[in-house]
Amino acid sequence: MTQTTAPTLAAEHISVTLGGKEILKDVSLDLPQGSLKVLIGPSGAGKSTFLQTLNHLIPHDRGEIRLNGVAVDLSRKKELYRYRQQVGMIFQDFNLFDHLNAVDNVSIALRKVKGMNRRTAEARGRAELERVGLAGKENRYPAELSGGQKQRVAIARALAMDPSVLLLDEPTSALDPELVGEVLAVIRDLTREGLTMMMATHQMDFARALAHEIVFMEDGRIVEQGRPEDLLKAGTTSRTLDFCSRLETIIEQGQD
Amino acid sequence: MDPFYTQELIPALNRGIVMSTMLIVPSVIFGLLGGIVVGTARVFGTRPLRVFFNGYTTFFRGVPLMVQLFILYYGLPNLGIYFEAYTAAVVGFILCSSAYHSEYIRGALLSIKAGQMNAASALGMSTSQALLWIIIPQAFRRALPGCGNELIYLIKYSSLAYIVSCIELTGEARAIAAETFRFTEAFTVVACYYLALVTVATYLLHRLEKRLAIPGFGS
Repeated sequence: MTQTTAPTLAAEHISVTLGGKEILKDVSLDLPQGSLKVLIGPSGAGKSTFLQTLNHLIPHDRGEIRLNGVAVDLSRKKELYRYRQQVGMIFQDFNLFDHLNAVDNVSIALRKVKGMNRRTAEARGRAELERVGLAGKENRYPAELSGGQKQRVAIARALAMDPSVLLLDEPTSALDPELVGEVLAVIRDLTREGLTMMMATHQMDFARALAHEIVFMEDGRIVEQGRPEDLLKAGTTSRTLDFCSRLETIIEQGQD
Repeated sequence: MDPFYTQELIPALNRGIVMSTMLIVPSVIFGLLGGIVVGTARVFGTRPLRVFFNGYTTFFRGVPLMVQLFILYYGLPNLGIYFEAYTAAVVGFILCSSAYHSEYIRGALLSIKAGQMNAASALGMSTSQALLWIIIPQAFRRALPGCGNELIYLIKYSSLAYIVSCIELTGEARAIAAETFRFTEAFTVVACYYLALVTVATYLLHRLEKRLAIPGFGS
């Protein structure tokens, strides 16, 4: 992919300190339009903090975040809310609204944030649920859905806002192994549709097959980044490959 | 039947229960709304707001309701603020009830996971939109059993209105008892009236809880 235009999302020299501890140290990353970048790294590396910082859910101390070349003036709440509408967020533990059924989960922000009327919003909600393979589950409440279905509702909810970027924070980590596939299949379809995404995950097979770039984070820094075929080529000495082989060893041991 | 009941006691108590209902219904509605506002401000408000409403709650939970009513009815005229007996009683009940409700609401708000607010924010909702559409509807359902308890208390402490000369159920019974010296009969019947009110309230609360129930939520 050759890029001539500005990246959809750009983070420059981001530093975040939480509770006196520096969690992100001068992190810079571009996300070109239509690309999928996968964040990997040991837990505590700052992947989750980084994704939440990109949505301004966690304030950063230094640096700049630009969406389509424009940085948000955080002193203007309206600008911040508009920014967040354009940057979708998927959480590890789904965070569906527990008191709303599937279609209301997807349509509530359309009504209350985008000001759509109920009928239009619900029609859009049903369409998005169908897109993630949940037609017929519109009236189910979160407690009546499996983990994989919950995460797909969460994805439908984010997509309904027509985001320019989707940030996914370990979307399959809280799922039973047999449910991981259905969520990854949805994300795979989104990459094929050309949605711009950044995703933290431990699903290396998925990253290898679909990521345009793998970003390896450790201790609040980006240590390595590059195309999966370069970083994961047998025989290279990348940190990414080292981390992955350790990950696979653990998984194999776990299966004994 | 003894004409004491049919001619004196029952007509007086029926008058009283109308007044009691007029005291209870607005106090319940605005007390609950006030409790939601106060409880939410105590959890999500700015620091000055939190300090103010914490102080409010401390005062209204810490001072006997009777003393509050005396202040409203007999004390405030010294400052040039005059309330009718009925208004003083309703205002007193709302203020007191809100303080107690706010504690149930606060507890329920604290039990809602931070992820709910994060998810709402990530969709572009403002804090007040997230509170109104996501957080409070969940917290209210969790707080409802506790709030119901407070509502039932309120039905009974509405009897304090008679001490600021707003003659409701207890006031009527007391007047008749004092006139006829038939205290046992008068207060036994009045007890049945309160029991009936509380039974109706319990039934309505149960209906409301069922109506608001969501599969798998709060269980």
